[in-house]
Amino acid sequence: MTPLAGYLLLSSFLFAIGLAGALTRRNGILVLIGIELMLNAANLNFIAFWRFGPNPEMLKGIIFVLFSIGVAAAEAAVGLALIIAIYRHYRTTNVEKMNSMKG
Amino acid sequence: MLWIVKNLWLIPALPLVAAGLSALAKQPCKKFASSLAILSMAGALVLSCIAFKAALAHSGSGEAANQIFNFRWFQFGASEADWVRIGWLLNRLTAVMLVMVSFVSLLIFIYSTGYMAHDENFTRFFCFLSLFAAAMLGLIIANSLLLFFICWELVGLTSYLLIGFWYHKPSAAAAAKKAFITTRIGDLAFLLGMVWLYAQTGTLLFYDQGHGCLEQSALATLTAQTTVFRLTVAGGIGLLIFLGAVGKSGQVPLHVWLPDAMEGPTPVSALIHAATMVAAGVFLVARVYPIVSASPDWFVGVAPALKVVTWVGVITAVFAATIAVAQNDIKRILAYSTVSQLGFMMMGLGVGGVAVGMFHLITHAFFKALLFMGAGSVIHGCHEEQDIRCMGGLRKFMPVTFATYAIGMMALCGVPLFFSGFWSKDEILHHAHLWSVSRWPFYLGAFGAFLTAFYMTRQVFHVFFGNCRLELGRTTGSEQHTVAHGGEPASEHPHSELPPQPHESPASMTLPLVILAVFSILLGFIGTPAWPWFQKFLEGQVATMNMSRLAEPEVLHLMLVSSVIVFIGIGLGWWLYGRKSIANANELDVLERVRPDIFHLLRNKYYIDEIYEWAFVGLNKRWAQACAILDDLIVSGLVHLIAYVIVGLSWISKTVDDEVVNKGFDEGCHGVSTGAGWLSRLQDGRVQNYLRVIGVALIVLVLFLLWGCKG
Amino acid sequence: MSASFIILAAITIASAVAAMTLRHLVHCALALAITFAGLAALYLQLDAQFVGFAQVLVYVGAVAILIVFAILLTRGSEAPQQSIFSSSWAVGGIIAAAVFAVLAVMIRKSRLSELVAPAGTTTTVREIGDRLMTTYILPLEVVGLLLTAALIGAVIIAMKEEPK
Repeated sequence: MTPLAGYLLLSSFLFAIGLAGALTRRNGILVLIGIELMLNAANLNFIAFWRFGPNPEMLKGIIFVLFSIGVAAAEAAVGLALIIAIYRHYRTTNVEKMNSMKG
Repeated sequence: MLWIVKNLWLIPALPLVAAGLSALAKQPCKKFASSLAILSMAGALVLSCIAFKAALAHSGSGEAANQIFNFRWFQFGASEADWVRIGWLLNRLTAVMLVMVSFVSLLIFIYSTGYMAHDENFTRFFCFLSLFAAAMLGLIIANSLLLFFICWELVGLTSYLLIGFWYHKPSAAAAAKKAFITTRIGDLAFLLGMVWLYAQTGTLLFYDQGHGCLEQSALATLTAQTTVFRLTVAGGIGLLIFLGAVGKSGQVPLHVWLPDAMEGPTPVSALIHAATMVAAGVFLVARVYPIVSASPDWFVGVAPALKVVTWVGVITAVFAATIAVAQNDIKRILAYSTVSQLGFMMMGLGVGGVAVGMFHLITHAFFKALLFMGAGSVIHGCHEEQDIRCMGGLRKFMPVTFATYAIGMMALCGVPLFFSGFWSKDEILHHAHLWSVSRWPFYLGAFGAFLTAFYMTRQVFHVFFGNCRLELGRTTGSEQHTVAHGGEPASEHPHSELPPQPHESPASMTLPLVILAVFSILLGFIGTPAWPWFQKFLEGQVATMNMSRLAEPEVLHLMLVSSVIVFIGIGLGWWLYGRKSIANANELDVLERVRPDIFHLLRNKYYIDEIYEWAFVGLNKRWAQACAILDDLIVSGLVHLIAYVIVGLSWISKTVDDEVVNKGFDEGCHGVSTGAGWLSRLQDGRVQNYLRVIGVALIVLVLFLLWGCKG
Repeated sequence: MSASFIILAAITIASAVAAMTLRHLVHCALALAITFAGLAALYLQLDAQFVGFAQVLVYVGAVAILIVFAILLTRGSEAPQQSIFSSSWAVGGIIAAAVFAVLAVMIRKSRLSELVAPAGTTTTVREIGDRLMTTYILPLEVVGLLLTAALIGAVIIAMKEEPK
């Protein structure tokens, strides 16, 4: 297994963990944590490919990851603000309770 | 061209204008309507006299005696020859009829002002009368068979209108219908003859400078060909046209309408059904006499059509006279007498030619109008009583009427020497005696004359002699009594309370009676053998006065025979009815006591009406019933079938709509609803479910890529 | 694969699993911070030093703290009484496992993973800066805008509503 393959497997495992958490945990904040984990896994993927890819001097991977970090930060901020606002309204962060769009 | 010939149309135009103006006038303008009618008729009379003078002055005989004025009426084709031409004709026949018709009409108009004075439809009456006069005069002056036919139909129309004048009476309405329909049958034959004539000769003008249908070239064409029954075409056409005359003049078998036409007011009966309209048939035969009597050169003897004319006339004369013997309504006796006399006229035309028939027509017009008007006067005076069994002894109460009626009666019977009827009937019998074909017309004609004298005497004795049975009759009543009563609404007659005293009629009614009586006497003298002015006039020759002709054995013999017949008739009448006066109205007639079965047969007019009713009317009814059944079964069935088919189709459509469309639609909607229900579960607001779906989608996509790349 | 890689990977994985499964929310947040740190170390190992430091600065320093704040503001400090997992957690678990399986298969089968590292290159911050300012100037500005919007948006969303 090449190093790249290792990094890729790691990143996909992290991704799967994050996904599992996002899909199974009740608390909304934990769903957001799972999402952050997924994003980080993707960043790792990028950096791995940058490092073992054909043109490292293009710095594409790094730039992309930088922007990804920035966006993820913004998104975390907004998401948590939303959770807080929802908590203020519903008095709970249980995502299962937020189903007023009944099917 | 004389002015009068060119403007002959003015003669019918004057009454026509009067009719038109009367039609526009409001109902209560009595004086206006009647004076208009009388003035127009007087004007027509004046013009007729002028025309008569012109005809008198015009020399020439045969075809040159005809003064004609033809003109184009309308075009029906492109070429020059495709014009329908009509015109007027002034010959001696025309002139004589013009004067007679306008004079008698004028007198009857004056009479009507008195007779119809209390009728509320006075204006309408005079309007119709004027229209009739216009049509009759138009018919007389017509030089074209087409114009003749048009006026013929108009005359029929006004007859219908006038017979049914009191239309709220159902019997009057029925009689009017009967008259119209019966004459229509004759008119159909007339039309066929007209069409045939046009087809053969190409013209309907009588005289047209050699091209007319009564002139030599046309006659030659017509006699050249033969048709069915070995008749020449001329004979066929003549017979068809004669059938028209049979309808109009009430010959057997189309006589049935004339007695019923007595439902109309008495002036109508006098004018139309005695003097003029019924004479139109005779006039028609006289007009087209050249066709009826035409025979090819090789033929010897009398033309077959002319023979038919004669025999029909003879049969009618005797037939109607026998019926008249048993009638009890004063007007009906006169009606059957008219039918009988018309038969005589036809017989005269057949055996002796135009002059003989026309002479009797002229004299008959005067004395029959006189008799009818006298009967009207009697009815008026007896407060609408019409049954002679309920009258009697009116001689004392209505002297003028009695005198004039007696003169008329004697003229009709043919009392010798002084009365016109004698001379005219004698002419007919004379020519019948000389007829080459058979002597039977003479014998039957003599029998008819005998019957005429008999029934007229019976009538006169019932009405004017004996004791007055008037109020007695009122309580018992008879059929005609109720009929007469239903005639005029009682409110119009001021004498509806019954003082049983009959009274003489006013001067407006008696004056025309007197004038007609005078003419009934005087007219005879223009046609005696001693001075046959009338006959010669019609032929265009001058008549000389020669008393010795009276003494010729032939003539004298015949005069004696007919006188004897008349006196026997009158005598028998007196012996049966005049010797002892009739006690009351219910008493049976003498003849009825002797031979009730024959009497009943005669009284019921040989049941001809019933036979016609059963045969033709009944046939029509049964045919209509058959058609109704056909309609019900087949047509109705067809319609029902179609209806059921359509209902079935619509049921199918509805079912399809209900089951298929609706259910399908409902199922569809259900499906959509359920599906939407299902689908909406995808949107339950549970975030983690969304994420799960995204995860699944990711897996699927990757697998896709994986295997896609591989493949 | 070097030992450092395996150790770092193990730490990261363990802390990630802990972050996802612990009951107490604050514990999860802390485990998450450790995960971030482990990832930063991995970046360093991959010669992406600037990214590693940025990861520490941003994620560990800001995002994790932010998450702690949120937990505290939403009463997450108390341990929840009921189950921490949602009612249908098995489905989620299966899906996540399926995703991992598919990705792993893909990685194993792909030829890209045969790539071998070229000679190590050093990237200076200057180069990154240059790139950012020249080639990627537009995304930079956009991200700046995005951050501004997120900032303002978050403030507005989380702001206490004025009682009228």
